[in-house]
Amino acid sequence: MTEGGLDGPLRASPQQAIAPAETAARRPSTIRVLEIVLLAAALVLPLFLDHFWVVLATRTLILCLVALSFDLLWGYTGIMSFGQALFYGAAAYSAALLARDLGITSIFVIAPLCTLIGLVLALAMAWFLLLGRYPPSTIFVGLGTLTGAYAADRLARGWYYLGGQNGIPSIPPLTAGGYQIVEGFGYYYLSLGILIALYGVCRWLVRSQFGLVLAGIRQQEERLTFLGYRVQHFKAMIFTFAGGMCGLAGALAAFHDGFVWPNMLGVLLSTQIVLYVLFGGVGTLVGAIVGVASIDYVSFVLADRFPAFWPILLGLLLLFVVLVRPTGLCGLIVSERERVGRFGRAPMAARAPGREA
Amino acid sequence: MALLEVAGVARRFGQLQALAGVDLAVESGQIHGLIGPNGSGKSTLMKCIAGALVPDTGTIRFGGRDITTAPPAERARAGLSIKFQITSVLPALSVYDNILLALQAHASLGSLIRSSTCRALHERVLAALDHVALIGRADDLAGVLSHGEQQWLEIAMALASGPTLVLLDEPTAGMSLEERRVTGELLLPIKRQCSILIVEHDLDFIRDVSDVLTVLDQGSVLDTGTIDEIRQSRKVQEVYLTRV
Repeated sequence: MTEGGLDGPLRASPQQAIAPAETAARRPSTIRVLEIVLLAAALVLPLFLDHFWVVLATRTLILCLVALSFDLLWGYTGIMSFGQALFYGAAAYSAALLARDLGITSIFVIAPLCTLIGLVLALAMAWFLLLGRYPPSTIFVGLGTLTGAYAADRLARGWYYLGGQNGIPSIPPLTAGGYQIVEGFGYYYLSLGILIALYGVCRWLVRSQFGLVLAGIRQQEERLTFLGYRVQHFKAMIFTFAGGMCGLAGALAAFHDGFVWPNMLGVLLSTQIVLYVLFGGVGTLVGAIVGVASIDYVSFVLADRFPAFWPILLGLLLLFVVLVRPTGLCGLIVSERERVGRFGRAPMAARAPGREA
Repeated sequence: MALLEVAGVARRFGQLQALAGVDLAVESGQIHGLIGPNGSGKSTLMKCIAGALVPDTGTIRFGGRDITTAPPAERARAGLSIKFQITSVLPALSVYDNILLALQAHASLGSLIRSSTCRALHERVLAALDHVALIGRADDLAGVLSHGEQQWLEIAMALASGPTLVLLDEPTAGMSLEERRVTGELLLPIKRQCSILIVEHDLDFIRDVSDVLTVLDQGSVLDTGTIDEIRQSRKVQEVYLTRV
């Protein structure tokens, strides 16, 4: 293909072209700095907090898993899902039933089983919503997942076996071998470990060539179809994976809180997850974490100081950030180029002769 | 047997008969030009061949296989590639990644997840970028390229995966005279690798690059032949050239 190449003014000199890329390659990554700071803070935080705050922080870590799953879908692939709470809540109910009716509380059974439940439910939904002959519209998928979450919510509220409006209380503690993992330090570090592991998997996935395909789907789905990509298959795969993440998060939440209730699988939580990610910074995994942590903290502070009208203040704050900065809080410090990323590839400048990436 | 055989393809949009039984054959190693006045059905025919539209009647065979109702991805996998009239590069991805996406469309899921395609295809990405003089812009986002450069990038994407037939819908639209000349230089050597079906309004450009021309008018084929045959065609002179 090199034959017939061009000469003359249209060809840029390599030095001219490489200069900006070289500068970019030397600049420290804001996202990496943010990740390290958050990781360090999360590791030492329980040492400085009392039990109440550790429990609250554990809930935040679990919700971060759900937010990450939504970010994979919307931020990286362009799939609008209002159904993440469905997979989260369904797995939470399953964990509660396994513990209540079968006495299964071992994390080694619960974690894989609830992940599988999330995977299967998400795959079933993907089958209906995503795996048609032609790619479905964003609105179709958004409404389809919303309907699924709403139906699950109504089902849980009306089914006596699932405890109706009250849900399932008094779930026994999670166990690992002969040990009980109760809320507090143990549960915090368990949740943090799982979050770090899954964050790593997501990070690796979105920076791989698979992630490049997802980014392509988000920007020009039709173009990718004409390049030969079976776009629906990629969307179904990431949707199913995200469902599995929610399943695991649901199991953690059920045993942490000791009860499950219909709000865990309804539209309200699904919408909340969307807001978390939009607020923190869609399309950056760290943005999902920042979103959950900041909204949870701000909600608590506002509720404490302005008990009468804190939801209005929170709503205004969310509205302000989403309208003024559509890329969320992370968009304030992370450049568009860094947000897009290089999918594991060193810049061309770093590949130049005599340099190693 | 021709590489692409279009037989009796018709497509209607409400009251408008965009295509009324078009027959067309593109041979291997040929640059086949498709011209016609505005509204003659050129882009509709391209969309039917690429799979963006399904014809109401008629058949489209590619490499001996009936692809009339095959989805676009299957056509692309069979070796059919398209560059649309409206530029559709991926603006928020780098120029390099645009080409890499085009090249790794047939890669396995495992190799995508392991990112082994990135290393394996690096030289081919550079060759494709070099061919369209964009190697120096490899790290730039595609969205910041000029219109002409975006058109070249899209041509490079269409050619990257080694297709047997490339559909180019107005590749020089919005280009300067110099950019048109360069685009012509890009296309000629490609004839050795694949066939090209090209829709173009610029008659000078299409005369320079095409081996065979088909003239469409009001959804039907007016005439087909070499440049000289079309130039001397009474039907074309009467119906087409007088209106352009």
